[in-house]
Amino acid sequence: MITMENVCKSYRIAKRNAGFKEAWKALFHREYEEICALKNISFTIRDGEMVGYIGPNGAGKSSTIKILSGILTPDSGRVRIDGRLLWDIDHPRHKPMTRQEKYRRIEHVRQIGVVFGQRSQLWWDVPVIDSFELLKDIYSISDPVYRDNLDELTELLNLEELLRTPVRQLSLGQRMRCEIAASLLHSPRTLFLDEPTIGLDAVSKLAVRDFIRKQNREHGTTVILTTHDMQDIEALTRRILLIGKGQILMDGCLEDIKKGNAGIDETLVELYKSYEI
Amino acid sequence: MGKYFSFFRLRLVTGLQYRTAAFGGIITQFFWGFMRIIALLAFYESDPSAYPLTLEETSAYIWLQQAFLVLLSARIFDGEILNAVKSGSIAYELCRPVRIYDMWFARETAVRLSGAWLRCIPVLAVALLLPNPFGLSAPADPLCFLMFILTLTLGLLVAVAYNMLIYVSGFYTVSTDGLKLLAASVADFLTGGLIPLPFFPGGVRQVLELLPYAAMQNVPLRAYSGNLAGEELLRALLLQIFWFAALTIAGKLLCDHAEKRITVQGG
Amino acid sequence: MKKGRKSVSPVRLYRHYISIIVRSKMLDKKSFFLYSAGMFLTSFCVFLSIFFMFQRFHQVKGFTFREVLLCYGIVLMGFTLAEIFGKGLERFPRMVRAGEFDRILLRPRGTILQILGSQFELGRASRCLHALIVFLYGISGSGLCWTWQKILIVTGMLAGCCTLFCGLFLMYAALSFFTLEGLEFMHIFTYGLNEHGAYPMGIYGKEVLWITTFIIPFAPVQYYPLLYLLDRRQEAYLAFMPLLAFLFLIPCILLWRLGVRHYQSSGS
Repeated sequence: MITMENVCKSYRIAKRNAGFKEAWKALFHREYEEICALKNISFTIRDGEMVGYIGPNGAGKSSTIKILSGILTPDSGRVRIDGRLLWDIDHPRHKPMTRQEKYRRIEHVRQIGVVFGQRSQLWWDVPVIDSFELLKDIYSISDPVYRDNLDELTELLNLEELLRTPVRQLSLGQRMRCEIAASLLHSPRTLFLDEPTIGLDAVSKLAVRDFIRKQNREHGTTVILTTHDMQDIEALTRRILLIGKGQILMDGCLEDIKKGNAGIDETLVELYKSYEI
Repeated sequence: MGKYFSFFRLRLVTGLQYRTAAFGGIITQFFWGFMRIIALLAFYESDPSAYPLTLEETSAYIWLQQAFLVLLSARIFDGEILNAVKSGSIAYELCRPVRIYDMWFARETAVRLSGAWLRCIPVLAVALLLPNPFGLSAPADPLCFLMFILTLTLGLLVAVAYNMLIYVSGFYTVSTDGLKLLAASVADFLTGGLIPLPFFPGGVRQVLELLPYAAMQNVPLRAYSGNLAGEELLRALLLQIFWFAALTIAGKLLCDHAEKRITVQGG
Repeated sequence: MKKGRKSVSPVRLYRHYISIIVRSKMLDKKSFFLYSAGMFLTSFCVFLSIFFMFQRFHQVKGFTFREVLLCYGIVLMGFTLAEIFGKGLERFPRMVRAGEFDRILLRPRGTILQILGSQFELGRASRCLHALIVFLYGISGSGLCWTWQKILIVTGMLAGCCTLFCGLFLMYAALSFFTLEGLEFMHIFTYGLNEHGAYPMGIYGKEVLWITTFIIPFAPVQYYPLLYLLDRRQEAYLAFMPLLAFLFLIPCILLWRLGVRHYQSSGS
């Protein structure tokens, strides 16, 4: 179970003005602008749920995902995942820069899988299987678990022929299948997918969606999906979290927002309009 | 001519934006110059009679070298050009109605000028204020200064023409990285980047002074202090002109040949 | 997952990282050899410049050609080893710029180990070979009488040198969490000390010696033990000074941790 309670995050961005004089001033005195990325975000996701996390660009999606995956420290609030307290900023016991802090990150990331659609986590020049073997050592996956997972992923994602191919020779769709497999080798209980179908052709898209559905059904993996592709949402998730201007604007079912015969993209545009985001 | 000037201006303005990077560079160059001068001074103290320059000439040589490093160095390359050749995106450039060689030449000159412009003033200003024998003294006489400006310009042109050859060779070989490194290390040594040319043993020095490498740094840096003057300077000046012409012609011929080959093979 | 799982040791993991990098580098052998040759030539030119200087002057502040080579060989080897293993740190600003550090944080391993494992500059091994040749050439003519202590001192200088440069690379990488511009000035300490450290620090005069003793402990790994090695000075503590380089690692690691923390709270 994942719970976020009153999580806030703001960034300080150095103001930059054009001109030589301004740049010279900036050397000695910098002005900062406070940008609020998340305002009091709270939600709960149950085990085995599949949730679509949507919103326009810059709404705070990736900040949320980073906080949930333990790599971004929120300003305040509390995050709990599977009973582990990941962030509890206001609590006096929360001390950064200690050994404990480091181990908390390490313990946490062991149990999650993250796929960034736009970035690769595989080693570019060597065959895919070499990347997998290295991930086995990075995550300290035991031999039998690794073998089982690899066999299963190879079969479901149809990787048999790809394993011996260097990553740079793979097509985008093939690579994405390998990326997803790489994120699941250590049997994570929670999977974060950031635009997993971006740029894929129709066949690959269907294959990826199909696999995610199966993974969720058979292993009970909790899936949090951010995407701009509403067909992903329609095919995979029942629950939608809509974020805009750093706030959760809607938490509900796809059916709730659909009106009549309007297409899914049009529905979303209407929704954005109604919240003025 | 107009379009090459636009390329030139565009790069000049882009280069001027990297102020902080220039600041880091200035501190580095300052340190480098200082360490060089102290080391040479230590050698001077060990045996003044063997020292080929005066201390003032040495300081002038080193400070001008640091101040105009970006302008004259033969080991600084434009990564964007190298990548364009390597990745094949050069094909787009071939579609434009410009001559690759001239465009690159304008671009490279602009990059060097914008880099040097930001860096040379602070380095020179501080060097002029330093006490002897560390400081940079004023040029020996107005004629020396004039000759310095003239040979500096020619030095820049020779350095750019030399780099063009490296870029153009990218059309013929895939391993530009290795070639770049080889060319850069040889050039750095032969231009006097490690020790000034007058410190090389007699015979070696005489040969080196004929090469294009000497035309890049050795000539202007010594012309400033009047160490290189009279007939010797005139000969060096003619050599600079010769090398500029020779390297440019060679580069253009190679570039034309490569362009034809690419068009024929279809990429 | 359950506790008590057998964790793969950092050493084995590092070897695994390196084997992948070496294999991908070897795909383009021609480039690799050209690069190695270039590296060799670069340091050979430095050697030649020292040679030419001594042809003319014969000694500098009491140090002979062979003695300077001894010093140059040790510094160059220490620096090159640091570069070979610490290449990932040197390239780190690019990693931050490309946003790849997120991926490092997402893996259940120490950050420094993963960054060291991200690059391995085998092509520089040729320069290591050059350093070894220079060093052997240096000792063959320095008339040094070798004892166990002296061999240990040379080893200590080498280890100290390598550690110091690794620390400096780490500091460079840590600074890139705070700014990505103007980091060029750190080259003073890395490339600068390698290049100017070819000569014993003593020849640069009191001020430089003071700075390289108390601010960046370079003279303790290069100059002071060298004096003891060449029997210029007899105080035994000079032989232990390279240990200071290991102390220098502490502030570097602290700065790194501060950097990671800053990154995690600023998210950029």
